[in-house]
Amino acid sequence: MNKLALVICSIFAATLPLGASQPTARVESTNVQGRRDFNEQTQAAVVRGYLEAWQNMAAALQQNRPDLLDRDFVGTAKDKLTDTIHDQVTTGISTRYLDQAHNLQIVFYSPEGLSVQLVDNVEYEVQVFDRGKLQTKQKAHARYVVVMTPAEVRWRVRVLQGQLE
Amino acid sequence: MRFRHWCLVGSLAFATLSPCHAQSASITLPKQVKAGSPFSIQTSGSGTAVLYIVGFGQVLRRDLQLGDTASFSAEDIHDAGHYVAVLVGQSSTDNGAFDVVPSSPPANLSFLAKPSRLPVSLHDGISGAVYVFDAYQNLITAPTPVSFQLSGASGITQTRTVETREGRAWIQMDSAAKEGAAHFAVHVGDISSTRIIQQVPGDPCALRMSARPSGQKIELQTEPLRDCSGNAVPDGTVVTFTEAYDGKQTTVDVPLKRGIAQAELPAYNGAKISAATGVVLGNEIHWGKQ
Repeated sequence: MNKLALVICSIFAATLPLGASQPTARVESTNVQGRRDFNEQTQAAVVRGYLEAWQNMAAALQQNRPDLLDRDFVGTAKDKLTDTIHDQVTTGISTRYLDQAHNLQIVFYSPEGLSVQLVDNVEYEVQVFDRGKLQTKQKAHARYVVVMTPAEVRWRVRVLQGQLE
Repeated sequence: MRFRHWCLVGSLAFATLSPCHAQSASITLPKQVKAGSPFSIQTSGSGTAVLYIVGFGQVLRRDLQLGDTASFSAEDIHDAGHYVAVLVGQSSTDNGAFDVVPSSPPANLSFLAKPSRLPVSLHDGISGAVYVFDAYQNLITAPTPVSFQLSGASGITQTRTVETREGRAWIQMDSAAKEGAAHFAVHVGDISSTRIIQQVPGDPCALRMSARPSGQKIELQTEPLRDCSGNAVPDGTVVTFTEAYDGKQTTVDVPLKRGIAQAELPAYNGAKISAATGVVLGNEIHWGKQ
């Protein structure tokens, strides 16, 4: 398990652009529900896809560019984030999310192999800009329920929902 | 004169200090809000301010007068998630966070069933996973009972009820003994979703052939092929007839037609003839020695 977490951190670090701050990611996958074998390669692909999705989501919300969501999001998650970006454009707001730590737990791999569910206790900072002027920075700690589904070459986020811890 | 001077100084000092005595901006937030429900945020202080509510699902911005209550209608926030609220006044800010939770009644199901076609009598051969959403496409993470039902052509129904965890439930079920379309349904509250699963006969259970002379040939014919549950094996299934004689071997592959396979092989006295399909071996015939 630790080996897997280390591998995933290494993979993720390699995908980040130079100078970007790297969030820490800890992964637990010891009690995955569902009957399908969940091999390390699939786990690594799921976690890598999810962490990259956070980076691209942050860029999309900061730059108010819904097209940046295309690679990593699909379905409900993509629709909601796209609506949020439209809200931001309408109100003159942009937001910058800096994810600092992900504590991931893979909780379900559906028997037919078409969905994976994760729970992420994530620490992040959100900065709110109104017409380009920084209004506030807030630290946040939230629990996210995530559903990912496989696409042609990667896993995409279909549900990303914060909830009470 | 001195008294008037001090009055003037005092007045000026009070006028200068009075902004510092203005109440700083603050907000009182609900701990949680149900998606699609009206709610309000109480502010205090004096002067104007801007209230920002920021989350992945929605972003709101409101200009307001401190001391007012900011009211939000049912449709203002309907995406479940964690929201940060920031009140930015002229001289101070306040912030907090609250959660929007899914509305209670399930309204949408995402039902994944597999496979769409499988052999009869397969243990745990059918699997289904379901995610339960409210009317706003929020995943309902509170435990919710889900009923899975599998009804086949024979009318026998398997039903199992499980409770969702983190908004999802899953099940594995056996395919029926009788071939035909099965309805695999999931029910949550008043809503349901159904998938059709085709259950096809399994491998042949046994193979039996007979032989009769036909001039210089032997006419071979199998009995109708059935799987172990008594379902007719579909036409097109290949049966291989093999004749061994004098160290040589002749093989004929024949697809089933109307449930049986027929072939003609040369009639050699003392020939050994066998038939097979898949992993099933049929009876053996010794021609001329029967």
